[in-house]
Amino acid sequence: MEQQQVLLSVQDLRFEFTLRGQVLHALRGISLDVYRGESLAIVGESGSGKSVFVKCLMGLNDGNGYVAGGKILYHDQDLTTLHTADDWRAIRGHKIAMVLQDPMTSLNPLKTIGWQIQEAVELHQNLHGDAAKKEVYNILTEVGINEPERRYKQYPHEFSGGMRQRVVIAIAMACRPEILICDEPTTALDVTIQAQILNLIKAMQKKYDLTTIYITHDLGVVANVADRIAVMYAGDIVEVGRCEEVFYDPRHPYTWALLSSLPQLGVKGEPLYSIEGTPPNLFHEIQGDAFAPRNPNALKIDFVKRPPMLAVSPTHTARTWLLDPRAPRVEPPEHIRVLREKGRELGLTQQAGEEADHG
Amino acid sequence: MAKYIFKRILHSIVTLCVVICIVFVLLRQMPIEGYFNNYDKMSEAAVQVSLQKMGLTDPIPVQIVHYFGQLLHGDLGTSNKFRQGYPIAKIVAQKAPISIKLGLISLAVSLAAGLPLGIMMARSTKTRWKLWDKFGTVFIVIVEAVPSAVYHLLIQLYGSEILGVSMLFNVDNPKTWILPIFSLSIGNIAYYAMWLRRYMVDESNKDYIRLARAKGVPEGKISRSHVFRNAIVPLVQYLPQSILFTLMGSLYVESLYSIPGMGGLLIQVIKLQDNTMVQALVLIYAALSVLGLLFGDLMMALVDPRISFTGKEGAR
Repeated sequence: MEQQQVLLSVQDLRFEFTLRGQVLHALRGISLDVYRGESLAIVGESGSGKSVFVKCLMGLNDGNGYVAGGKILYHDQDLTTLHTADDWRAIRGHKIAMVLQDPMTSLNPLKTIGWQIQEAVELHQNLHGDAAKKEVYNILTEVGINEPERRYKQYPHEFSGGMRQRVVIAIAMACRPEILICDEPTTALDVTIQAQILNLIKAMQKKYDLTTIYITHDLGVVANVADRIAVMYAGDIVEVGRCEEVFYDPRHPYTWALLSSLPQLGVKGEPLYSIEGTPPNLFHEIQGDAFAPRNPNALKIDFVKRPPMLAVSPTHTARTWLLDPRAPRVEPPEHIRVLREKGRELGLTQQAGEEADHG
Repeated sequence: MAKYIFKRILHSIVTLCVVICIVFVLLRQMPIEGYFNNYDKMSEAAVQVSLQKMGLTDPIPVQIVHYFGQLLHGDLGTSNKFRQGYPIAKIVAQKAPISIKLGLISLAVSLAAGLPLGIMMARSTKTRWKLWDKFGTVFIVIVEAVPSAVYHLLIQLYGSEILGVSMLFNVDNPKTWILPIFSLSIGNIAYYAMWLRRYMVDESNKDYIRLARAKGVPEGKISRSHVFRNAIVPLVQYLPQSILFTLMGSLYVESLYSIPGMGGLLIQVIKLQDNTMVQALVLIYAALSVLGLLFGDLMMALVDPRISFTGKEGAR
């Protein structure tokens, strides 16, 4: 963990869409480092910009979107300078591959699955004809699809949802990427299959030395797979840290609220916690902390000035004024205090005790 | 597959038989004048004798069986009024080729112009100014909204002037073929362009196109082997039908250029009360429609693997 190598570095990335003459600020200055070999989970509610963010890494956003500022540094190259499909050729698939959310729609219904995997093999492994076909058989076996010779000739409609997601993963693997982006890879699958698919992705990550980025709003998935978590809200990353740090010692009020609304933490018989209000309208310029209007304990400054990313530990930062030494002491909600206790008991978050004293 | 085709052909034959029976029974309700050229001058007895000779005094089921027997021998009967005593098959054989030729050429033209136009329009929706899309939409709207009679006339008037040819069709002068073919094609060009554009835009927003892009497939290949390939499927179904329907000819264009084709023949013989000919033509047209649907479904099954022949496999 200590001497990790930064593979991809996003710096103050701002991404906007023009929609009916208005400007939608989809990403409002995101900074994030992705380390080689880690699995990073990006969590946040719908519309928080998770998908837009990862699509930026592959240039897959719709045509009305554009990078308004910032950099994405990857292998001595700034990805924000890439525009046309030709520019992206060396990145898409080749370096960064993607698994989409819904396996039911992410395969071409009129092509055999073999054809679709082979397309990727031929593009990125420089194999052709029988050699490529053989490689497809290998990949199919690898992702747990039996009888690859027979399955090669079948069409997507002859596969179940879980099997199709395996095929999608096979396509991603056929590209031999460095980074694998999984955009809610299990959302459309039923619970029993979810674990299988996650295990498969983990196995692939180990085998091919992949760096994986998960997008999800399922915190169960996050706990299962992630080394690090980035919490997004309203086009901004509000908290980043190692998995146990964010789970057991969250600092941003939004992370508190998000974790408090986990059904697993609720007490039976009591109504489940839910966050008041709605996310802000990203068509407007946002003043201060985007979460302040929904935060019952918001400070005055939260409405005026956007907090900087403040460090909790070398691996854990959060964008909240609460971490500023001048801030008053605000107690997290009960659920979070319980979590913190637990984390301390388990020895997962060494710094928790020390931080609680400060005030 | 063979079983499926056999079943479909059987279905088609049954459909045809039902159509024939209905038309046959309905036509027997028509006044008997339709069978004679000089009904007014004939005596009651002579009429009866003639009817008997034609087998029209038999009970209707007997007549139908008789008619089917005739059809099986390839005999469509003879015309009563249109061309008295002339075999209907011969009349059709004379008129159909010209309609088919014109129709097939115009179909080829409409595909050759309509499909590329549709592709250009669909691809240009992704560009900044959408020039092709706007241009194509204007064309389509004009063609679809203006009554075809108006632009057919304009094409004839100005076209013949520009090309310096006669307004009327002449089989031996290839130049006179241009205008009717253009008139016949223009509507179809708009039709194919409109639907292909629409299906291509639909397809290009699907998830699997995004996945194809994410796996690094070049745009040109995405367009060809993913978007176009999938968008063409719904159009393929109508192709056999359009080919077969060329046999019917176009009523308006053919009369405008005095083309001796099939267009309007049915209406003509209905007006003349030429019962045997109405019967034969309806049979031909019905057969064409049924065949068109049959081939369309078969084509569809060929290009879309999701359509199963047996109905057992293919369920999710």
